Amino acid sequence: MIAVRPTRACWAGVRRALPIVLGYVPIGFAYGVLAGKSGLSQSNTLLMSLLVFAGSAQFIAVGLFAAGTGPAAIILTTFVVNLRHLLMAASLTPYLAGWSKRTLALFSFQLTDETFALHSVGASRLECCRLEALALNVTAQFSWVLGTILGMIAAGLIDDVKPYGLDYALAAMFIGLLVSQCESRARLCTAIFAGGLATILYLAGWQQLYILVATVAGATFGLGVEKWSKH
Amino acid sequence: MAVATYLPRLLPILFLSGRNLHPLLIAWLRLVPPAVLAAMLVPSLLVRQEGQVAFSFENLYLWAALVAFPVAWFGRSLFATVLVGMGLVALGRHLGWGG
Repeated sequence: MIAVRPTRACWAGVRRALPIVLGYVPIGFAYGVLAGKSGLSQSNTLLMSLLVFAGSAQFIAVGLFAAGTGPAAIILTTFVVNLRHLLMAASLTPYLAGWSKRTLALFSFQLTDETFALHSVGASRLECCRLEALALNVTAQFSWVLGTILGMIAAGLIDDVKPYGLDYALAAMFIGLLVSQCESRARLCTAIFAGGLATILYLAGWQQLYILVATVAGATFGLGVEKWSKH
Repeated sequence: MAVATYLPRLLPILFLSGRNLHPLLIAWLRLVPPAVLAAMLVPSLLVRQEGQVAFSFENLYLWAALVAFPVAWFGRSLFATVLVGMGLVALGRHLGWGG
């Protein structure tokens, strides 16, 4: 194991999280604004960002809450929407062999689409730099909570983040991360197949499950390409 | 909700880490990141209105992506990609282009 000073490891994690911060503050902000307008109480709005910390699930929950949906339906919907994390978490496990159960519990609590994407790009670092990985996660959630608070404050003042292009932060980040993932032909084929299938499924009305189904099919297809191209 | 969103993240990590997985399964799991990223990204770029694919001139998200992809490919910087993408969308809207 490489000996790295703890403070330096923390800073490295914070630095790697910066693109996430850029995306999370505005999206957390938008969530805070929307939650404020949906009639959700301020303490519940903030608690969701602290305890749930799942962007799309929180947006959906706020939308359902505003529409008067009951708690059971909201919980079930968010569960289905976040099932994709099952695959993400599973794909990181080969790199987490030496971690203690307690560290794993903390790490997985702050695993989101974006932190997962960063961790999977630098997956080999997970084995040596636990502190860096945790610092990255904590920075990400901190910026999410910060954005939420700012949004709650601004809920009465601003109702549109579009003129600043803030709504594009996530898409731009996924583009950057996806490109860095496509270093082989099999991986490129995987991405194209999964992206195309997801679009078709989404259009067909599978708004809850399209990510999950397209991911499983895409990875399987990519594995086929990988095996076939080796022969 | 906290429990419902935490379990899918926790359980695989808790139960799969430290085990010897089949090489084929590991190869499959390594393909999950590009698959899941594309599955989240592509529909958000192409489907801008309810129920239809937009390849049109108005789809600012798509045009910004066409610039952001080469920036990501050649620049290799996530930060630069995010700034260029957001900047283009903001600029486009100021010029009254699309939504």
